[in-house]
Amino acid sequence: MALIDLANPTRFRALADSVLPWLGAATVVAFAFGLERAYFAPDDYQQGATVKIMFIHVPAAWLSMMGWGLMSMAALGTLVWRHPLADVAAKTAAPLGAAFTLLCLVTGSLWGRPMWGTYWVWDARLTSELVLFLMYLGVIALWRTIDDPGRAARAAAVLTLVGALDLPIIKFSVDWWNTLHQPASVFRVGGSTIDVSLLAPLFVMAIAFTLLFFTLHFAAMRNEIMRRRVRTLLMMQADAAGGH
Amino acid sequence: MDLGPHAAFIVSAYVIATLVVAALAVWIIVDHRQQLRRLADLESRGVTRRSERGPSLPRSGGPAPGPIGG
Repeated sequence: MALIDLANPTRFRALADSVLPWLGAATVVAFAFGLERAYFAPDDYQQGATVKIMFIHVPAAWLSMMGWGLMSMAALGTLVWRHPLADVAAKTAAPLGAAFTLLCLVTGSLWGRPMWGTYWVWDARLTSELVLFLMYLGVIALWRTIDDPGRAARAAAVLTLVGALDLPIIKFSVDWWNTLHQPASVFRVGGSTIDVSLLAPLFVMAIAFTLLFFTLHFAAMRNEIMRRRVRTLLMMQADAAGGH
Repeated sequence: MDLGPHAAFIVSAYVIATLVVAALAVWIIVDHRQQLRRLADLESRGVTRRSERGPSLPRSGGPAPGPIGG
């Protein structure tokens, strides 16, 4: 089967049925391993045990950006190729991205209070991440406002591509402005500044969270394909009732 | 394990993460069951797409089958 064939919604649904149990199992195993590594990770010499919040805060932050990146690629699929599966991918990624962005903001607050002495500051990194959360809510609202999925997809795609400008702002905010949030410490020129004893559990947890995202996304896409099928059948039923 | 003086913040972060993930999973599972039920209900009433109807249905000649039943 060619890869392009999987872009057929019916085939994708069959693929999701067979892949989801394995993806779910891989997610559980990755989380078990990651949480075990996080539990036994040493305390940071400055932050003490609060560094354990990093193992959920940082993957959530990465996923918040990955979610919008995925939606942006899907938006191109919608606007350029008008592919219905691209619409489905974008629509179902939005609530997941919003949830992980909220998780990033809340865990960041809970980490900030003991380390910075405050739950929130209007610095560039925190504010641009909050803007991302609000944009997720805007896209979700847009999807719910327009009844026709095709029209909703095109409107949401335009908003998504415009909103993608926030991604480099989030990433480089700590370099462009003087922020309370620390500068990049994992992916940076010259290598990570985090000791490997903390970096290893962080990467395992990041893999676990990424697997979780794709498990939930596949499942949500399958649901959306079924919802559209129900909608089509109901419209056929209404047409038939109107024609008789 | 001693989580130190900030244990409440650490535990809260993990509890909230668990709740968020659980809420997403429950929402998706409930939605899946709901869609399965709606599809089954429509199919039990004979509402299916043309491509899914049996080969016994007429393909040409006579009136085209309607979307319900046939």
